[in-house]
Amino acid sequence: MNKPRLDDLTGGSQITTQGPGLQKSPLVRMTEVFALSRWYTKLIIIFACLLIPFIVHSNYAMRVIIYICLYIVLALGLNVVMGFTGLLNIGHAAFYATGAYTSAILMTSYGIPFWLTVPIGMVVGFTFGLAIGFPTLRLRDDYLAMVTLGFGQIVYIVANNWMSLTRGPRGIPSIPPPCINFFRWHIVIDSYRAYYYLILLFVLLTVYACIRARDSRVGLAWMAIREDEDVAAVMGINLGFYKTLSFAFSAALGALAGSFFAVFQTFVSPNSFTILESVIIITIPILGGLGSIPGTIIGAIIMIGVPEIFRAASEYRMVAVGAFMVLMMIFKPEGLLGKKLYQQVYKV
Amino acid sequence: MFWQQFITWINLGAMYALLAIGYTMVYGIIKLINFAHGEIFMCGAFFTWWFMTAASLPLPLSALIGILFATLLGVGVERIAYRPLRNAPRFAVVISVLGMSIFLQNMARIIWGAESQVFDVDFGISPIFIGSVIVPFKKIFILLTSLVLMIALALFIKKTYLGKAMRATSADREAAEMMGINVNSVITLTFAIGSAMGAIAGILYAINYNSIDPYMGFNAGMKAFAAAVLGGIGNIYGAMFGGILLGIFEGVGAAYISSMYRDAFAFAVLILVLIFRPQGLLGEGKSGEQAKAR
Repeated sequence: MNKPRLDDLTGGSQITTQGPGLQKSPLVRMTEVFALSRWYTKLIIIFACLLIPFIVHSNYAMRVIIYICLYIVLALGLNVVMGFTGLLNIGHAAFYATGAYTSAILMTSYGIPFWLTVPIGMVVGFTFGLAIGFPTLRLRDDYLAMVTLGFGQIVYIVANNWMSLTRGPRGIPSIPPPCINFFRWHIVIDSYRAYYYLILLFVLLTVYACIRARDSRVGLAWMAIREDEDVAAVMGINLGFYKTLSFAFSAALGALAGSFFAVFQTFVSPNSFTILESVIIITIPILGGLGSIPGTIIGAIIMIGVPEIFRAASEYRMVAVGAFMVLMMIFKPEGLLGKKLYQQVYKV
Repeated sequence: MFWQQFITWINLGAMYALLAIGYTMVYGIIKLINFAHGEIFMCGAFFTWWFMTAASLPLPLSALIGILFATLLGVGVERIAYRPLRNAPRFAVVISVLGMSIFLQNMARIIWGAESQVFDVDFGISPIFIGSVIVPFKKIFILLTSLVLMIALALFIKKTYLGKAMRATSADREAAEMMGINVNSVITLTFAIGSAMGAIAGILYAINYNSIDPYMGFNAGMKAFAAAVLGGIGNIYGAMFGGILLGIFEGVGAAYISSMYRDAFAFAVLILVLIFRPQGLLGEGKSGEQAKAR
């Protein structure tokens, strides 16, 4: 028996399994050895991801995998706002569109190389994030949802009607593939394998950025805001600054995904950035668990992969998505790998 | 010419007002936005169209059935998407209702098809001349119906016992419960009345434009919400006023600025109002109620 210690806040009623003499069960030890925090686990996962194109030969399967990766970037971006900061955003497709259109327009009209349009697109996305984040500082969840919905719709309407810039519903066709010119090497990214490595790079960058942001001072501030805004404000967190920053960060990641989408599809039109797109992106972190990075990745694999299996019933996809959102909120609002939501409960 | 257009704007505004009432009533009682309200609006029009074409019933009868069905649907939305989440975080409720909206919209698309349907109504009454302005009868019909409904609702809220119970629940739910008001039935009643109003707005919209499609609820719902916010959400007179005003804004914007961006004006109004005057034009300011809802 353990003696109750002075700093034992539970009053000694619980027996701790962490005692030095106690043997852990082999299963627990195994999960600890292969925990995500171990460097070799990360290495194995990255290595496995690098090997995928050599195992999967079908073009169709590669396309699905690339789409899953694309949605991982989008969902991780949204997860910053929804999962870390606890703000609803139903207009993520607007940021996605920003990145896609910036890349498409700069590459086709001005001949700027892809690698330069990516940071430019992210800066534009960042600005858009500031633009939507700033006015919504004072709004609660449901208002915020409505305003972001409206913002997404405005971006869609503008993309559909600003003929001289976006060519409206006809879209921007024949976006050139990105290429790498390094001394004598000249690599054009136009095969599925090459696109896969490009998006994998983006996924890894996004995951890294999200983890670093989450574990930083900024991430702690975001999570404090999520748990309780009033308490966070009392603790000296500048609500306006951190909320806006969260929106802008999320928007930059959305724009990154958009840039890839533009070169992958080689065609951009407003129809790719409708409200339904935003809704699909939202369901991913909800399924995986808001705030959880591995959860979001698993959520993307399920939400994008499963509809491909049931392609015959693709008509029912959005119906299933809607029903899924309702059922998930009733039965398991914290998602697969998420923590329980500690947000303020509304009083009816 | 101006007055001709003005009639159109007021007409549009009246429909927005009817729809906005649903948002504002639900918001007044449970302090949450009913995202599925636009879908109720669409379903009201579609059910009516269905009974008119498939069962070839006359318009008044099929409209009644359509309103009834849409009302049941609205109450069902409350039962499924709101009630189990009474004590859940607000975040979760918003997502669940949004899911409900997506579900209904796509269900309608599967049942009735994605393309727009012709909603053919002919009153058989020739247009009326007021001075040099030609007013089609359907516009007068829409305006009168909306006006009568709004006055009836205002009287209901003001004069009847149930209206009093609704006001009490809106003011303070716990106190109302202590006074012996069955809050659950008041919430159901609110959803029922709001949905009925929404369905009527949908039918009027269909009569006005002669065409319906499964996506019409989304834009109309967003605009009506903008109208409710403009007038001051939670305030029924605000919703009426905001609806008419938004109809005029949109009409003026489309006529004098750019008709392509007409849908964007309502959203711009929504965002501007939320930034500069979140309590709306007729709102009471940052009162205790709003502070408590936070």
